[in-house]
Amino acid sequence: MDADDLTSLDPAYRSMLRLQFAIVAAILFAGASLAEFLIPGYTGVVWLPVGLLALWLLIRMPMRRYAARGYSLEGERLRVVRGILFRSDTVVPFGRVQHIDVDQGPLERAFGLATLTVHTAGTHNASVSLPGLAQADAAAIREDIRVAIRRHTQ
Amino acid sequence: MTASSPDRPRRTDPRSFAVRALSMMGQLVVPLALAAVTILDESDMAGKLAYALPIVLAIIALNFTLAYLRWTRLTYAVRDTDIRVESGLLSRAARSVPYERIQDVSLEQKFLPRLFGLTEVKFETGAGGGEDLKLSYLAEAEGERLRELVRARRDGGAEVTAVQGDAAEPSDRLLFAMGPRRLLIFGLFEFSLAVVAVLAGAAQQFDFLFSFEWWDVRQWYARLSGPGHWLAELGLVAQVIAIVFALGSLLLVGTVTGLARTALREWDFRLERGARGLRRRRGLLTRTDVVMPLHRVQALRIGTGILRRRFGWHSLKIVSLASDSGSANHDAVPFARMAEIAPVIAETGFALPGGDVEWRPSAPAYRRDRAMLGAAVLGTVAAGNLVFGQWPVALVVAVVGLLGIPLHEYLRWRLDRHAFDARQLYARHGWFRPSLAIASRVKLQSVEIVRGPLARLRGYADLHLGLAGGRLRLRGLPLEEAGRLRAAVLESISGNDFSELAPPA
Repeated sequence: MDADDLTSLDPAYRSMLRLQFAIVAAILFAGASLAEFLIPGYTGVVWLPVGLLALWLLIRMPMRRYAARGYSLEGERLRVVRGILFRSDTVVPFGRVQHIDVDQGPLERAFGLATLTVHTAGTHNASVSLPGLAQADAAAIREDIRVAIRRHTQ
Repeated sequence: MTASSPDRPRRTDPRSFAVRALSMMGQLVVPLALAAVTILDESDMAGKLAYALPIVLAIIALNFTLAYLRWTRLTYAVRDTDIRVESGLLSRAARSVPYERIQDVSLEQKFLPRLFGLTEVKFETGAGGGEDLKLSYLAEAEGERLRELVRARRDGGAEVTAVQGDAAEPSDRLLFAMGPRRLLIFGLFEFSLAVVAVLAGAAQQFDFLFSFEWWDVRQWYARLSGPGHWLAELGLVAQVIAIVFALGSLLLVGTVTGLARTALREWDFRLERGARGLRRRRGLLTRTDVVMPLHRVQALRIGTGILRRRFGWHSLKIVSLASDSGSANHDAVPFARMAEIAPVIAETGFALPGGDVEWRPSAPAYRRDRAMLGAAVLGTVAAGNLVFGQWPVALVVAVVGLLGIPLHEYLRWRLDRHAFDARQLYARHGWFRPSLAIASRVKLQSVEIVRGPLARLRGYADLHLGLAGGRLRLRGLPLEEAGRLRAAVLESISGNDFSELAPPA
């Protein structure tokens, strides 16, 4: 039941993740460089492991995170799958959505992406967010959910 | 009664000013007493007192004036569509709450206001985490009037007038009540181990308060070897007596605390079926009066304890949509026989699991993994302690890790069950405090399946169900079972919309 019939996120999201991890990697590498300067003699004891970690963050992580995420709107249910180590698979029927947010952070705006968040009345999963949608897709999904809610209420 | 109520702003009851002043005095007395102890420690008391007294009087006068001004500036108005409260001395604030948004009106009487016949009126809007509108304090009659009025106004728009007449009529039917005898039994079961632990800890912290360490056998021994040396000569007997005394006093304190707390909280407990829902009144010093509208009941929780179950005592809590100050779980029946609880459950529109539902266990692998993990972690700790020569600690940790945790997990596996029928979902868990959750399938909000690394390796999953005002999760289900439950619940949820669950409130 994991990977079947799930829609992948927008390909631009992969680039955005890579940029995000690049920022983390850069900070890590800067810290490692500082440590390396402070330790007399360029031994590479800090650089080497941190460098490897940074490479892994740059190359492997964005792919894995992107591959781990997906969503589906089948049967008027929003299904969000995410997580590499701890996989969660959340389903919110449209009929239980209280309100819907579409947010864009600065990075997301640069990539033309948006995060869709639906809020439910439940204590657990009070809000379920789905990042990495193209802006137009997010708006379209929001409209879908809104129309569905209105149809149900009438 | 609803139509003609004066529209002009009113002030809260003048006596609330007296309550404020009194409680303020109470708050002032403690710091003042502390200050007095530190300042007047020295000899020239009179001189210092002459300085301090005017200052103290000035502070009291200032506080009184402020409280008075604040009282004069706080007004509330019952208007056609909303309740408006204006307050503030320098910065004015006006808050209006439309009747449609008021879920309910609750009345709370703390000890001091109760002496004056006053009550605090709270308008619950159900706004998550937000502050509810409060009026403190109003006369009891006025509080009751506001409550009836809000209810009538709220219903007035949408529903027929028959409901109004119904609401105005005090047609409350008693569902459950607890007399002093029941309270006594309840109190005995509420024996507070926590208080005993805290006291024992405190005694150790504040041992300077006692002239000697009263649980230390050797000191008893030394003491007894004085004038009572004949006792000490009994040796072992004296030690046993000392231990019995120490334990006995702790037990006594725990029992008395449990009794007192229970009596204070549950005094004259009454649960009634009113026009709009279940109405609960309880409390000795602080008397609370809460109404739980039936359409907002999301789930039920029936609880008991390892000991009280032997005697057939259970409790019933209601999980409701209201998010009133963190505790959305209302005690509906705190301590009763199942036969007394069943009618209340029927009243909420829920039902106890029938005999034909199929109870299923969690995955054996889940419990086994947890037992192994717990044993491994604590076993390592025990080994570490042993290496450093701390063998008593090592022994305790090893017993807990190698016997306690596996036993716990085994019991959980034996006892934890879940089931569902056409309307409801049941989850039973725990052995020390067994509980049974009954949730309505259509009133769930979302379904989530979570799997950690171990869970994926071993083929089980946790199922989290979005429940308004509470938490409902089934842990360590076999994967296909989790999928089956999810499909069933989703099918029920999709059948109707949220707006059909909670009638316009």
